[in-house]
Amino acid sequence: METVGSSKAKQRQQLQRKDYQRLSAQKRLKIPVARNTMVAFVVGGLVSVLGQVLIFLYMRLGFSAEQAASPMVATLIVIASVLTGLGVWDYIGQFAGAGVGVPVTGFANSIVSSAIEFKREGYILGVGGRMFQLAGPVIVYGVVTALVVGILHGLVRGL
Amino acid sequence: MRAKKKFGLQTVAFSRPVAIISSATCVGPLEGTGPLQGSFDVVYPDMLNGAKSWEAAETAMLKETVQMVLGKGAVSSSSVDILLAGDLLNQCTSANFAARDLGIPMLGLYGACSTMAESTGLGAALIDGGFATHTVAAVSSHNATSERQYRFPTEYGGQRPPYSQYTVTGAGALLLADGLHHQGLMPRVTHFTIGKVVDLGIKDPFDMGAAMAPAAADTILRHFSDLNLPAEHYDLVVTGDLAYVGYNILRELLHQSNLELGSRLNDCGLMIYDRNVQPVFAGGSGCGCSAAVFCGYLFELLRAGALQRLLLVGTGALLSPTTFQQGETIPCVAHAVAIEMCHDRMAE
Repeated sequence: METVGSSKAKQRQQLQRKDYQRLSAQKRLKIPVARNTMVAFVVGGLVSVLGQVLIFLYMRLGFSAEQAASPMVATLIVIASVLTGLGVWDYIGQFAGAGVGVPVTGFANSIVSSAIEFKREGYILGVGGRMFQLAGPVIVYGVVTALVVGILHGLVRGL
Repeated sequence: MRAKKKFGLQTVAFSRPVAIISSATCVGPLEGTGPLQGSFDVVYPDMLNGAKSWEAAETAMLKETVQMVLGKGAVSSSSVDILLAGDLLNQCTSANFAARDLGIPMLGLYGACSTMAESTGLGAALIDGGFATHTVAAVSSHNATSERQYRFPTEYGGQRPPYSQYTVTGAGALLLADGLHHQGLMPRVTHFTIGKVVDLGIKDPFDMGAAMAPAAADTILRHFSDLNLPAEHYDLVVTGDLAYVGYNILRELLHQSNLELGSRLNDCGLMIYDRNVQPVFAGGSGCGCSAAVFCGYLFELLRAGALQRLLLVGTGALLSPTTFQQGETIPCVAHAVAIEMCHDRMAE
């Protein structure tokens, strides 16, 4: 009789697992990659157009082209945050995917949704402690990337 | 030496089938407007129903369901020997907090989404063993408590894959009793097959149907072979929450083992929602899924005589956020309870 954990039993288990991975991959509902990419491209483009319109608006209010970027980003954040608070952003996110997830709107949603979710655990450990649980990686690796790029930039300029 | 009531490798047969004298269900708004609307006792108008948190809402739902099952069975809480209850949350939060107010001796269970079948089987075993005259099997799940524990904040706007499932907001309870005092025609628990933990290497926590299907196939095949049953023995073999993907894989796995159940095989995760209209992706999941479907719709079909014999196969994915982040695969389990509409055998 085969003992559990013997090399033969292990081999058979691996074979069974491989067969099953194939079967389950065959039966899995396919992610509509083409549709998701298209929608993300169009919606992401529309978010960028909105950003550009906001920049023109702020320039009319007297900001320079460079200065206008900051209130533009702030406005997009406010819009995404309010829609998250109203409980509709998750539907927009499901529809548009990366189109609204990659721009600053997705970043805002990740922070606000966490803050709302954990408010019941209090303002210090709930909101304060967990607000960045999804946004944390973006901040950490954003800073790391900026550092690396900064060093490379310095090196290239030094040469 | 072989245990007296054990048949085959994993199945126990109750010497006196245990009576299910009443059942109760409570669900959330999406389930209450789905294809099984009208089969639930209580439908909450929204996900909180006036509670101060999702967890408090789920606790209230489970508590109300247990109170309803006692009321329908006309049994006081002091006559119930043991409450067997569970849910999906860490520390079995909803079950333990509901039991705090119920005053019934309580055993908390965790079998992920298999807990309805697990608690029913254990509740019947305790009665048949002579350790109790009345037990209550009760479980709950809540979409928002599960989302925040297992996945993301409820308002997070990530895009879910089409093979993911939607956790049912719902609770179900059964009141089980000694056949000696309940001899009339009613649904009775006759057998209980305890499943093994099966893991065929699925890692994606959204792909739970595919992860659970092998466990369901293993337990169903074991049940049929332990008792040497023909494929047409049960009017319905119903799995807990495999949904569209897992159900189709299960069909294929049973076919490979020459068990053709045809239209006798269904899944609670497919029955509770209309996945063409409701935003539930592949279908329902959560222990409230099999609980709300079995304790409501299917229990009524049994009582009405539309089903004579049913095998409820609870299917549970035993993952945690920690294990999948650490790259572990998803171990799964399925337990089966056989339920038959019959008189007390000893009385005949």
